[in-house]
Amino acid sequence: MSFPEASLLLRAVRSPEDLRELTNPQWDLLLRLLWKCRLIGRVALSCDAAGISGSLPQKVQQQFESALVLIDKQRQMVAWEANRVGWAMQGLEVPVVLLKGAAYMLSRFDFQRGRLFADLDVMVPVDDLARVEERLKQRGWRFTKLNAYDERYYRVWSHELPPMRHFEREVELDVHHTILPLTSRLTPDREKLWERTQTLPGTPFRTLAPEDMVLHSAVHLFHDGELADAVRDVLDLDGLMRLFSQQAGFWDTLILRAGELGLSRPLFYALRYCDRFLETPVPDHVMASSQKNAPTSPLRLAMDAMVPRALFPQHPDRSNVATGVSRWLLYTRAHWLRMPPSILLPHLARKGLRRIKGRPDDHGN
Amino acid sequence: MNNRLDGLTDGQLSQRLRTDGLPLKIGCFDARIRTSGLELATLAHSLYRDYSLADDDGPFDFHVRVASPLARRFTRPQAVFHWDGGQPFEPLPAGLAFPLLEWGINWCIANRAHRYLMLHSACVEKNGDAVLFPAWPGHGKTTLCAALINRGWRLLSDEFGLVRPEDDLLQPLPRPLPLKNESIEVIRGFAPDAYLGPVFPKTRKGDVAHMRPPADSIARAEEPAVPRWLVFPRWVADSPTKLEPMPGPEAFFMVATNAFNYEVRGEAGFRTVTRLVRSCSAYRLVYSNLEEAVDAINGLLN
Repeated sequence: MSFPEASLLLRAVRSPEDLRELTNPQWDLLLRLLWKCRLIGRVALSCDAAGISGSLPQKVQQQFESALVLIDKQRQMVAWEANRVGWAMQGLEVPVVLLKGAAYMLSRFDFQRGRLFADLDVMVPVDDLARVEERLKQRGWRFTKLNAYDERYYRVWSHELPPMRHFEREVELDVHHTILPLTSRLTPDREKLWERTQTLPGTPFRTLAPEDMVLHSAVHLFHDGELADAVRDVLDLDGLMRLFSQQAGFWDTLILRAGELGLSRPLFYALRYCDRFLETPVPDHVMASSQKNAPTSPLRLAMDAMVPRALFPQHPDRSNVATGVSRWLLYTRAHWLRMPPSILLPHLARKGLRRIKGRPDDHGN
Repeated sequence: MNNRLDGLTDGQLSQRLRTDGLPLKIGCFDARIRTSGLELATLAHSLYRDYSLADDDGPFDFHVRVASPLARRFTRPQAVFHWDGGQPFEPLPAGLAFPLLEWGINWCIANRAHRYLMLHSACVEKNGDAVLFPAWPGHGKTTLCAALINRGWRLLSDEFGLVRPEDDLLQPLPRPLPLKNESIEVIRGFAPDAYLGPVFPKTRKGDVAHMRPPADSIARAEEPAVPRWLVFPRWVADSPTKLEPMPGPEAFFMVATNAFNYEVRGEAGFRTVTRLVRSCSAYRLVYSNLEEAVDAINGLLN
C-alpha cells in the first residue's frame, strides 16, 4: 500500500506480533486510527491472544483496557436489545433474521470478538412488516425524530423502516424487509434469501445462509454504503469467508448464489479487495470465475485507485485532496447505484442544503 | 524545572500550540493540544505553568484542538473544539475558547477512560487519606474543593473521582477549577492568595473563572490516595452547618447515580462502588458558611 496509514493498520490487523517493534510516534498514530475505524477492540484482543499485551507501552495497554470495557458494554446492550425484540415478537409467529453484527455475535463467530457496533439490524418478511411495526410500538419502541421528508424516504424508497429506539434504552433498531433499497440498481429476490435462512440455535432468531451473509456484507460495503473508513467491513468479509471456507462446497455455492441473486459485481469487489488487503485465501478458480464480473478496465482502474483511499482512515492531522476527491466520488457512486437520477438529484440537493444549514444528517446515507 | 510548562516563554508556548501541539501531562493522561486562529498562550501560561510537559513522541491519550474557523474569523469569530476529527460541541464565541478547551478535555476523559470507575466527584487528600464529594452540578462541590485546597488539603480533582481498577485507590487528576458565578467572589474573599484567571461572562454555566491548582498538588499527581470518606455536600442559603452520617445503602445510590460510567463498567462498576461504600464513612453535609464547612471536614480527621 502506498500510504503509511493503511500499511500501519493492516500490519496491526494481520500480524499483531509485529506491534512490539512499533515506535511511540507509530503507536500514537495507530491508536488514533484504530479508534477512528472501530478496530481497537479487535487489535487489543489479538494482542492478548498473541501474548504480547504485557510488553506493550503502558499507555497502549491502558487504552486497550478502556476500549474493551466500552466495547463489552455496547455488545451487551445489543445482545439485550435482541433479547427484547425476541420477547416483543412472541406470539406473532413472524420469522426474524438477525443481520450483520448481531448475527455474527450471536453466532459466536471467532473473528467478531472485540467488534464494536451499536445498532441492531433485523429483517422480517415484507408481508409482516406492518404487524411487526405495530407490535414494536406497543412494546415501547418509537421512531427517532424524523421530518416528513425522511419519513417518506424510508417508507417509499428504503429497504428498512425508519430507525427505532425503545424509550428506555439507547440501542438503535433497524427493521429491514430486504437487503437493498427498493430503488437500487440491484434487486435481489428476497424470497430466495428467505428460502435459505437458518435457525440460530438457542435463540428465537434466524440468520442468512453463509453465502448470503457474505453477499449481504459485500453489497452493503461496495454497493450501498459509504466506504469511508470502512476497513472493518473488509475484515468482516475476510472473517466470514475464512470461516465458511471450512465447509465443503462453500466457494462454488458462493459464486452460484451471487449469480442467482444478481450480486456478482459486489462479490467481485469483495474478493478482489479481501485478496489484495488481507490475503484472504480465495481459491484460484473462484478468483478466475469472478473476473467475468469485473467492470470494464477504466472503471476497474478507477476503483482500484479510489477504494483504498476511502476504506482506510486518513492521517487525523492532515487531510489529503486525492482522498477527499476519491471519497466524494465513491459517495456519489453509492447514491447513483442506490436510486435513479429522478430521485437522486432532488435527494442530494436537499441533503446538501441541510448540511449548509448545519443540521445533523439523520439517516446516515 | 525545564520540563515544566513555565520553562517555555509565552512565544514558545504560542508557537507550540499553533504548530505541532503542546504535549501536556494532565494527571495520568497525556494530551496534545493545538490551537488555530486563536491566541491562548498567555492564559495557558498563567493557569498551567506548574504542569509538566509530556513526551513529544506520545502515545497520547487525547489529541485536541480549538480552532477559529477562517470563514467567520472577521465577522463573528467562533471557537470550535475538535477531537480527532470529531466536533462534539456546538461552536462558542471565540472569547470562550479557553473554557471550551477545558470542557472539551473533561469530555474526552469522560468518554474514553473507562478502565477507571469515573465518579462525578471532587476529591481532596491529607496524610494519604481522601475525602470524596460526589454531587450534582450546582451543589457546591467545586467551591468546597477550592476552599479545602487553600486550607492544607491536596487537590486530587474537582470533577473526577477516578477509582483505579487494580487497587481501588483514587488516581489524582488535578485540573484548573472552574468557579461559577457567586463562587468566584466567595473564593476571592476566602483565599485572597489563590490565583484566578479572567472571568468569562455568560458561558453555558454563567460566569466562570478558573483557579490555578496548588503547585504541590500538580507535582504529586502520580501519588494515589485511599478513599476514606464520602461526603455529599449541599450549599443551602443561610443554613447552619450540618454534617450527619448517611446510611450505606443511600450512599451507594448517591455514588452510583453520580458517576460518569457506572453503567458502562457493568458488574465491575457495581462491585467497585460496593467496596467503596463499605470501606468509607458516609456523611451528608449541608452548609452556607465555607469556613464552618472546612472545619467540619477537618473534624473528620480526628
